[in-house]
Amino acid sequence: MSVRRRGRTLPVHAVLVVVGAVMAVPLLYAVLSGFKSTDQLSRNPFGLPDPWVTSNYTDILGSGSFWQLLGSSTVIAAGTTVVVVAVSALAAFSFARFAFRGRELLFTLFTMGLMFPFAVAVLPLFLLLRSMDLLDNPLGVILPQAAFGVPMTIVILRGFFREIPAELEEAATLDGCGPLGFFWRILLPMARPALGTVSVLAVVASWNNFLLPLLVFNEPSWWTLPIGVQQFQGQYSSEYARIFAYLVLAMVPALAFYSVAERQLVGGLATGATKG
Amino acid sequence: MASTYLPDKRSAPDTGRPPPLPAAAGRTRRRVLHWLTAVGFQVPALVLFGTLVLLPMLFALYAAFFRWGGFGMPEDFIGGDNFTRLFQDPVFLGDLWRCLVLVGLSLLLQLPFALALAVALNQRIRGRAVYRMLFFAPYILSEAITGVLFSMIFAPDDGLADHLLGAVGLDGLGGQWFADPSTVMATLFLVMTWKYFGFHMMLYLAGLQSIPAELTEAALIDGAGPWQRFRSVTLPLLAPTLRISVFLSVIGSIQLFDLVWIVTAGGPDHHSETMAVTMFQYGFKRYQVGYASAISVVIFGISLVFALAYQRFVLRRDLEGATTTMRGGGS
Repeated sequence: MSVRRRGRTLPVHAVLVVVGAVMAVPLLYAVLSGFKSTDQLSRNPFGLPDPWVTSNYTDILGSGSFWQLLGSSTVIAAGTTVVVVAVSALAAFSFARFAFRGRELLFTLFTMGLMFPFAVAVLPLFLLLRSMDLLDNPLGVILPQAAFGVPMTIVILRGFFREIPAELEEAATLDGCGPLGFFWRILLPMARPALGTVSVLAVVASWNNFLLPLLVFNEPSWWTLPIGVQQFQGQYSSEYARIFAYLVLAMVPALAFYSVAERQLVGGLATGATKG
Repeated sequence: MASTYLPDKRSAPDTGRPPPLPAAAGRTRRRVLHWLTAVGFQVPALVLFGTLVLLPMLFALYAAFFRWGGFGMPEDFIGGDNFTRLFQDPVFLGDLWRCLVLVGLSLLLQLPFALALAVALNQRIRGRAVYRMLFFAPYILSEAITGVLFSMIFAPDDGLADHLLGAVGLDGLGGQWFADPSTVMATLFLVMTWKYFGFHMMLYLAGLQSIPAELTEAALIDGAGPWQRFRSVTLPLLAPTLRISVFLSVIGSIQLFDLVWIVTAGGPDHHSETMAVTMFQYGFKRYQVGYASAISVVIFGISLVFALAYQRFVLRRDLEGATTTMRGGGS
C-alpha cells in the first residue's frame, strides 16, 4: 500500500522539491553571501564561506542605525495598528449591531475604499500632509496608513461581530449595559481572535510600506526598515556581501513575526479576500 | 440580521418621571437618539477615512484639470488637456500595454501554477507544512527587501543567476536581465511570481479545504479519474475562490508600484514602467503635479471600471450559485 502510494506521489514530490529549491535558494544564497567578503563572493559564489566572515553582520548590528530603523518601524507599526483597530472596531460595531438610516450607503463608501490604491492617492495625500505640517512626523505615516486600513478592517470585524448571538446583547441590556458598555465589556473580549487577525494584517502592511515613509521622512531619524534597505544598497552599491548581510538582518523580524502569527495572518488573508 | 438595537425595542431612558411628550413625538425623539448613537460610533473612522483617503482622491480629481506645479493652489485651468496629452503620451500608452501583459502572464501562468501547487499540497504528503510555509514566506517580506535581493541576484555577470547558468554551461542564456529592454519584463514577472504566488496558493488551499471530501469520494466511486474529479468536482467548487484571486491579481497589476520602483525605477528607458511609476515620476520628480493627478485619476478610473464590471458580470454568479445550486442549477 505505502509503496503504491509513494510511486504515485513521486512526480508530485519532484515538483515540490524543485519549486522549494527555487523559493529557498535566493534566501539561502543571501544568508551565506553575508558570511563572505565581497571578494570571496565573486570568486566563490556557490560554496560555503571559507573563511566565515562575520564582520558584515556584526558591523551592522553594532552600528546603531539598524536598531534605530527597527525602532521606528516598530513604533509606526504599533501606532498604525492601535489607531486602525480602534476606529474600525467602533464603526464595525455600529454596522453589525445597529439598524439605522444610511447604513448601507456608508458601508458602500467604506468598501469602495478597498479599491483606493495607495500609490495613486499618495500624490494628493503628500500635498495634504505638507499643508498639515505632518512631514517628518511619525503621525504623517501612522494616520494615513490607518486610514487606508480602515475599509478592510471594518469588513473583517463586521463579519465577526455579526456572528455574536443577539441573546447575549439582550441579556447585557437587561443587566443595564448600554451600547458602549456592551461593546467594551462583552463584544471586544469575545472578539479577541478577530482583533488579533486584523492587528496582524495591519502590522504587516505597515512594516512593509515603502512609498509613504519614503515621501514623508526627509530626515533619516524616522526612516523605517524598507527605506533603510534601499538606502543601504545605494550607499554600499559595490559591497555585495555587506548588502546581503543587511537584507538578511532586515528579513529576520518579518520572518519571526510570521512564524509566531502564521495562523492569524493566513486566516486573515483568506477571510479578508473572501469578504472583501 | 443580528441588529438588536432597534429603536422600538429599546426602552426610553429612565428619567424617573412620566414622559412629558405624546407617544408619537417620544418615538421620534428615541429614533433620532438611536440614529445619533449608531452614527456616533462611525465618526472616528469616517473622519480618518474622509480626510486622508476621500479628500485626497477628490483633490486629485480637481487638480487633474489644471497645469500645476504643486505649490500654492492650482489656478491655471486647462480643461481636459492633461487627459488628451495622457492618451497621446507613448510612455503612458506603453504602461497600459505592459499592464495588459502582466495581467495576461499572471492569469495564464502565475495563478495556474499556484493552483497546481495548492492541489499538490492539499494531499497528505510528507513535508506539507514546510512547503506551505516556504512558498508563502516571500509574501510577507517587504517589496524593498525582495527588490534589492533580486536586483543583486540578477546583477549582470556577477549575480547568482548568471553564475548558475554559467556553472551548467549555459553562459549564452545569461544576460543583462533587468538592464536589457527585451528581458526586463520577463525577469520582473519571475520576481513577482516568486513573491506573490504563495498568497494565491494559500487562498486556494483554504478554498480546497472547505470542499467536503464526500464529494470527491462519490466521484471516485462513480469511476471518475483524477483529471475528471478535478475538472468536474474541485474546479467548480473552487470557482468563488478563483474569482476573488483573479480579481486581486488584476487590481495588483494595475496598481503595481513598489517592486518596480525599487528594482528598475521603470527603466531601462521606460521598458518596465507602470502607470503608477509614471505618475510618481511626473508628480515627485518633474513637478508636473496636474498631469500626475490626471494619471492618478485614470488609474483609479481603470480600477473602478474593472471592479464594477467584474462585480456585475463575474462575482454576481457567486450569489446566483448560492440560490440556484440547491435546485439543481449548479455549473
